[in-house]
This record gives sequence, structure tokens and C-alpha cells, in this order.
Amino acid sequence: MAFGKEFTKGFWDLLPPFRLVLGLCPTLAVTTSAENGLGMGLAVTFVLVCANCIISLIRKVIPSKVRVAAFIVIAASFVVITELVMKAYFYSLSTLLGIFIPLIVVNCIILGRAEAFASKRGVIDSFADGLGIGLGFTISLTVLGCIREVLGYGAIFGHNIMWESFRPFSFMVKPPGAFVCLGLLLALINFISMRQKAR
Amino acid sequence: MSDYLLLMVSAILINNILLAKFLGNCPFLGTSKRMDTAMGMAMAVVFVLTLSGVITWLVQYYVLIPLNIEYLQTIFFILVIAFLVQFVEIVLQKTAPALFRALGIYLPLITTNCAVLGVAIININEEFGFFKTMFYSFSSAVGFGLALVLFAGIRERFALVRIPKPLDGTAIGLITAGLMALAFSGFAGLV
Repeated sequence: MAFGKEFTKGFWDLLPPFRLVLGLCPTLAVTTSAENGLGMGLAVTFVLVCANCIISLIRKVIPSKVRVAAFIVIAASFVVITELVMKAYFYSLSTLLGIFIPLIVVNCIILGRAEAFASKRGVIDSFADGLGIGLGFTISLTVLGCIREVLGYGAIFGHNIMWESFRPFSFMVKPPGAFVCLGLLLALINFISMRQKAR
Repeated sequence: MSDYLLLMVSAILINNILLAKFLGNCPFLGTSKRMDTAMGMAMAVVFVLTLSGVITWLVQYYVLIPLNIEYLQTIFFILVIAFLVQFVEIVLQKTAPALFRALGIYLPLITTNCAVLGVAIININEEFGFFKTMFYSFSSAVGFGLALVLFAGIRERFALVRIPKPLDGTAIGLITAGLMALAFSGFAGLV
């Protein structure tokens, strides 16, 4: 049961970046289209799962004084792997995401989960935690990407879906639109959870 | 010279690192609730970002490229930054205790500020020379500080107005940041 619980909490209770307000930079920067959001989310998921497992395995060996440095080095190694793999197999996506791939290293979600979870718990729990939080992040980014892409380009995953006379609302795919859209989505999620609590 | 001036105006106002490039948003929302913390963070970032931009440039051109290990850029840069932050902390503690007390708690946070690593990588990607790197790092950091302090000024006013419950906290902060980004995008015609 513990596995399921650690896995599912990433989808609502700790849904990043709404509940855990971490990792905002990639959320804002790459969600101009659904595809970019999905790609970024999956890259973060991969790094998070691997880093969580390794940190959990060697958590008793790492001296607590240098633990943050150790976490960063572990995360950085997986980021380099992701970077090289993406350049080799998904070249166009990797040019679109640009510097936000190396910046996964300093994504607070990775360090936050390492510090709050993986450095204290077993491998299986950490794996579930990483996978759940990572996929939750992926879903958030994809949803945000979909909203911005539909309103800003009239398309979803690159396919046109809006009617002929639709005029794209280009504000949504510009930087200010990212902030406003994320803010409104966050307010919506707050509103839903308040209603749940009131019941 | 005008080249440098354009670079500076562009980095501070037009391509503001926070509002147009989305680097360093976690501390932007985290430390902007009060003016004095925002000032402290802004000063610490200007200090560390300029130093780290220069040092990572040196590492790239005098260590990574001669040894042909550019693919390890990410690991090297983050280690350099983490080391630098620690070093600055120790040096400040010994030489300028007053400054250390002012910046103290913000320094460790800077290691994971993506603006620092982001600017280091931009410097390399744009193939800036040494002085341009120094200039660009400093201007970006000033842009960060300017946006952060302005934002904190707006956010302090939130205490005086009634905000709908679901929007309270980060949500209204994000929307305000959006409006600020809109205002900053008005500078786009400058250059």
C-alpha cells in the first residue's frame, strides 16, 4: 500500500508546481506548446527518478555536511546523460528547450525531493515518490502547454483544432501570458481544494 | 562602447532575466514578500552572478576546451558555482562581517538559483569574449535586482487590499509578475 500512496500523492496532494511551488522557471519558460511541456516533464521525471534511487541507496554513506553538494553532483550526472541522449535522438526538441535542459540540475524539485524524501527513505518508496512527483509535473506542464498553445496558436500538439476565423491570442505564448496563465491555474486549483475542504 | 551600452540596456530592461527569460523565478517569488529581504537577495545575486559568470568563462576556455571535455560543462559549472558560493560566504564572514550579516542567509540559496547557472551557459552559447561576459553577467544581475525590488514594492501593498481567497499568495504574485512583464515588454522598442 505504501508504494501506491507515495506514487499517487504527486498527482494531487503534492502536485508540482502548484502544491509544491518549486521548479517555476521551466514551467513558465517551456510551456509555449504542449509538446515542449511534455518533453520537459519527461526529462525531469527521468532525472528525478534516477537521482532519488541513487540518493536513497547511498544515503547512509553521504556525510550530512556535504550532502547538498553530493545531491547536486548526482543530479548533474543524470542531467548530462539526458542532455546527450536528447541531442542524439530528439534534436529539434532539445534545441527548443535550449538551456532549460542543463538547468534541470538547479530545478528545486530535484533537490527538494532529495532532501525531503530520498535521503530518509528506502529505495522502493523513493522510486515511487520520484515517479509520482515527476509524472505529476509532466501532467501540469502538458496541461499548461495545451492551454497556451490552443489560445496562442489555435493548435494542440501542432494540429490545428480551432475554427477558420479564430484569431490567435498571441499574448498567451509571450512571457507575460505565462505568468498570468500559471497564476490563474493556481487560483483554480486553490479554489477546488477549498471547496473540497469545506465539504 | 555603444555596443556595450546596448548590451546593458537590453539585459536590464528588454531581455530581463526574470521577466523575459524566466531564470531565477523561485527566489523571485520566495524572497519578494518584504522589501529588506528583496534588497538582500538582489545584492547577493549581483555579487555572486558577476563573479561566477567570469569564473565559469575562464573554466570553459582554459580547462574544458583544452581538455576536450565540453560535454561535462553542466557538472563543472554547478560545482564551480557551489564552491564559489561557499568561498564567498567564508571570505565575507572573515573580512566584512556587516555585509555577511546582511547577505548571510541568501548566499546558500544562490547555488540553486537558476539565473546563476543560466547566465553562465548563455555567456558560452553566445560566444561572448571575456569583457562582454563580465558586462553581461553584471547587467543581467542588475536586471534581476531591479525586477525583484520593484516586485517586492508592489507585493508589500498587498497587505493593505482585500484579495479573493483562492488568489491569495503565490497566485496573485504570478499575475502581478505577468503585468510587470507586460510593462517591461514595452521597452522592446528601445534598441
